[in-house]
Amino acid sequence: MRHNGAALTLTLDGEKVAFTRGETLYEVAERHGSEIPTLCYDARLEPFGGCRLCVVELEGARNPVASCTTRAGPGMVVRTRTASIEVQRRILMEMVASENRDTDVDPMHGYASQEMATLLDRYDARTGRFAGATSGRSRPDDDNPFIKRDYENCISCYRCVRVCAEQEGDYAISVMNRGFDTQITTEFGGHLKDSACTFCGQCIQTCPTGALGDLKALANRDVPGETETTRTICPYCGVGCSVDVMTRGEKIVGVLPAMDGPANEGALCVKGQFAFDFVHHPDRLATPFVRDGETGELRPASWDEALDRAAGKLSRVVRDHGRQAVYGIASGRAPHEAAYMMQRFIRAGLGTNHIDNCSRA
Amino acid sequence: MSNPLADMDKPDVIFCIGTNMTECHPVAATRLKRALARGAKMIVADPRRIGLAEIADVHLPIRVGSDVSLLLAMAHVIAREGLVNEEFVGARTAHGEDFLKHVERYTPEWASEICECDPDDIERAALLYGGADRGAIYYTVGITEHICGVDNVQSLCNLALMTGNLGREGTGVNPMRGQNNIQGAGDAGALPNNYPGFQKVTDPAHQEKFHKAYGRKVDLEIGMTKVTALDLCGDRIRAMIIDGENTLVTDPDRNHCEHALKSLDCLVVIDIFMTETAKVADVVFPATAWAETDGVCTNTERRVQRLRAAVPPPGEARPDWWILSRLARRMGWQGFDFGSAREVFNELCALSPLYNGLDWDRIDRGEYQWPVPTRDHPGTPRLHEERFENGRGIFKMLEYRDPEETISEDYPMWLTTGRRLPQYHTRTQTGRSDGIDYLLSEETLEVHPDDIVRLGLEDGGYAELSNPRGCVYVKVRGTTKSPRGTVFASFAFEDVPVNVLTGGGYDPVTQTAALKACPVALKPAGTPPALSQAGPETGAAAW
Repeated sequence: MRHNGAALTLTLDGEKVAFTRGETLYEVAERHGSEIPTLCYDARLEPFGGCRLCVVELEGARNPVASCTTRAGPGMVVRTRTASIEVQRRILMEMVASENRDTDVDPMHGYASQEMATLLDRYDARTGRFAGATSGRSRPDDDNPFIKRDYENCISCYRCVRVCAEQEGDYAISVMNRGFDTQITTEFGGHLKDSACTFCGQCIQTCPTGALGDLKALANRDVPGETETTRTICPYCGVGCSVDVMTRGEKIVGVLPAMDGPANEGALCVKGQFAFDFVHHPDRLATPFVRDGETGELRPASWDEALDRAAGKLSRVVRDHGRQAVYGIASGRAPHEAAYMMQRFIRAGLGTNHIDNCSRA
Repeated sequence: MSNPLADMDKPDVIFCIGTNMTECHPVAATRLKRALARGAKMIVADPRRIGLAEIADVHLPIRVGSDVSLLLAMAHVIAREGLVNEEFVGARTAHGEDFLKHVERYTPEWASEICECDPDDIERAALLYGGADRGAIYYTVGITEHICGVDNVQSLCNLALMTGNLGREGTGVNPMRGQNNIQGAGDAGALPNNYPGFQKVTDPAHQEKFHKAYGRKVDLEIGMTKVTALDLCGDRIRAMIIDGENTLVTDPDRNHCEHALKSLDCLVVIDIFMTETAKVADVVFPATAWAETDGVCTNTERRVQRLRAAVPPPGEARPDWWILSRLARRMGWQGFDFGSAREVFNELCALSPLYNGLDWDRIDRGEYQWPVPTRDHPGTPRLHEERFENGRGIFKMLEYRDPEETISEDYPMWLTTGRRLPQYHTRTQTGRSDGIDYLLSEETLEVHPDDIVRLGLEDGGYAELSNPRGCVYVKVRGTTKSPRGTVFASFAFEDVPVNVLTGGGYDPVTQTAALKACPVALKPAGTPPALSQAGPETGAAAW
């Protein structure tokens, strides 16, 4: 990006760095590894400037400025980590923590749930200096099975309100009162089910304190083992959202949206976020079945017997009625390899084109 | 989709038709909402007052199955008002003049008699889309699941061609695909007319290519569609292998379907659950599920992405490709010695021009959208940028056709079907995931309050929904989401098998079933029977 024939640059912690018109100081600093702390920031949302942790010194400005809401300008001289800024951040963290019942929550709460605890450690801010009243009223009366609403751990960063409005366009979450009495709520203060909420879970995933939590994942908090994640694609509609499946041992314990997923950029819907445990349902087929010659019922069988039975019956059909008498239907919910092998079976095996998939139904 | 998902927040004017996106593709819908927040306008054509209609600038509550009339009239207005993109039409299309002449007679007044929309609203919609710098069309199976599905899609293409809304950012004609790999099933060649990569089976060059690859000659004739095959079960079709489809419940005319599958000499089903379809099979093979299977899928914007196994499958479940290749070997066939999903996918890539530039490793991060013809090709987020596949975009001279079955004195209500946000298809997955039933635990029939009064129904009471194919009992829910004369239910719940009723014809080209427009009779049912059954008189199966 050129400006008056020269690259746009500013001075960041003594170093001359380039930036693009429209970038904020926070974005420029992030690109250069400055690790400015924030609690109200979500890269997908409009900058909010609420938590004041991202303040930096800007030469010529009387007070420190919030880097998330300040656009970079040519020639600016910015200091992100001066002693006084770091003291200010530590005090802020101590004050923020003082309003919450818990400062440490299980990571199963959600994607961003460790942000506050991480900053408390970084600033050594678990001092309890400001211990006293806690703010926020939890809603254990909301019996929904997905979203824990534990506002006693809320710091009023408004990320849930903003993700619901800006990212989802649902406007299900709102704010009541001001200052210390700020309360995150829904329209008419009721249960989420009676609001515009679609249970997409985005509020959970952006919450930096675990005030909002993924109840389905939390139900698995006692499953032994380390949590591992595997990147895959949601099994439902054709949008193809990327997800990180959380597992412990052989069990899926939850789903995280992939913030860098090319199709969804961190967004999910209720199905992709919460409808994963069908995989472990006791109804899953775990052996082949064949129809018993005597009873006429399906009964479990070995792979050998089932493959023999299927091949035998198919071969008989081919012998008696010709290879044109066999038809294959592939699935729109199985991977390419399944559909490819089905058409290969029909084409390379039988030499016909009697193959289709379920898109006509 | 002709355009990437990332384009969805870029149009000036959005035209959604036959797509209940906030419920069926919720994450894509969030992009449209962002476009609206940015100032874009939106037209929504749908018989029901769906979520998108609530936030639209113009809602056209068309009668089910009348899309062509609406789209002809919109073309008429665009032509009449001089909003045709002459440069685009001249440089990139064929039969433009004929088309503009063709639509002269199709006024909004004419269309309003058919689609039952206010002619002024049709006019407004046409002016909005026609006047857009970036106009984008989005549709789903509300467009295709009609006897005139192809005509509907071509009508949309006509609009995009006449306004030059193709091949640019924030434009396009964009179908939203309904299953996570329905696009991929077609890409991989699971179609009766195409080899992998949509290579026509009737082209001698393609035949030669696959003869060489598979070591066997494949018939020159196009195969049957699934619809024809189901019609010929027990006759010319004697055996079926069905992978991961609950055909019995999802296909139209359930009784016909069940009869067809039961008349086979051999039915082999591969699935993860004992579905209604698996229950009538001779052999059922247990497949690995999502999160247990390594593989590849392609999304609605043609993005080729990796599926990865995170947990082991239950018991002896195996990947579909393994099952089918081992079955092929058991048939005594050569060339099915695959050892991994990687090997299978790489063979597909080698044989499909759309995937020639890809392989298992290259799609690791999902950055490619097909076509990717060569190794040095960056992929194709946007189709038709410079030219169309076959040279010029061809205008089609279409006429409106009535659905095969229309409402009558005996069957005076339209039934239309679809999905609901929390539940997916026949609930084989969502019905087995904890908590989803908290959001939606039973099916209800959406009926306009005036119809409830007129037909003597009770809001919350049961109704009998019937036509000559069968009868379904369902709880009634009064809502102005349904227009007068049209009722809606999803096919998610097994105790409300609405596909007992559907099945009034198919598109003659694609043989896609007319699932969206079905005349029915509707009357109060008193207390509900245990489970809806087929056969309006006897309550017994109809075969």
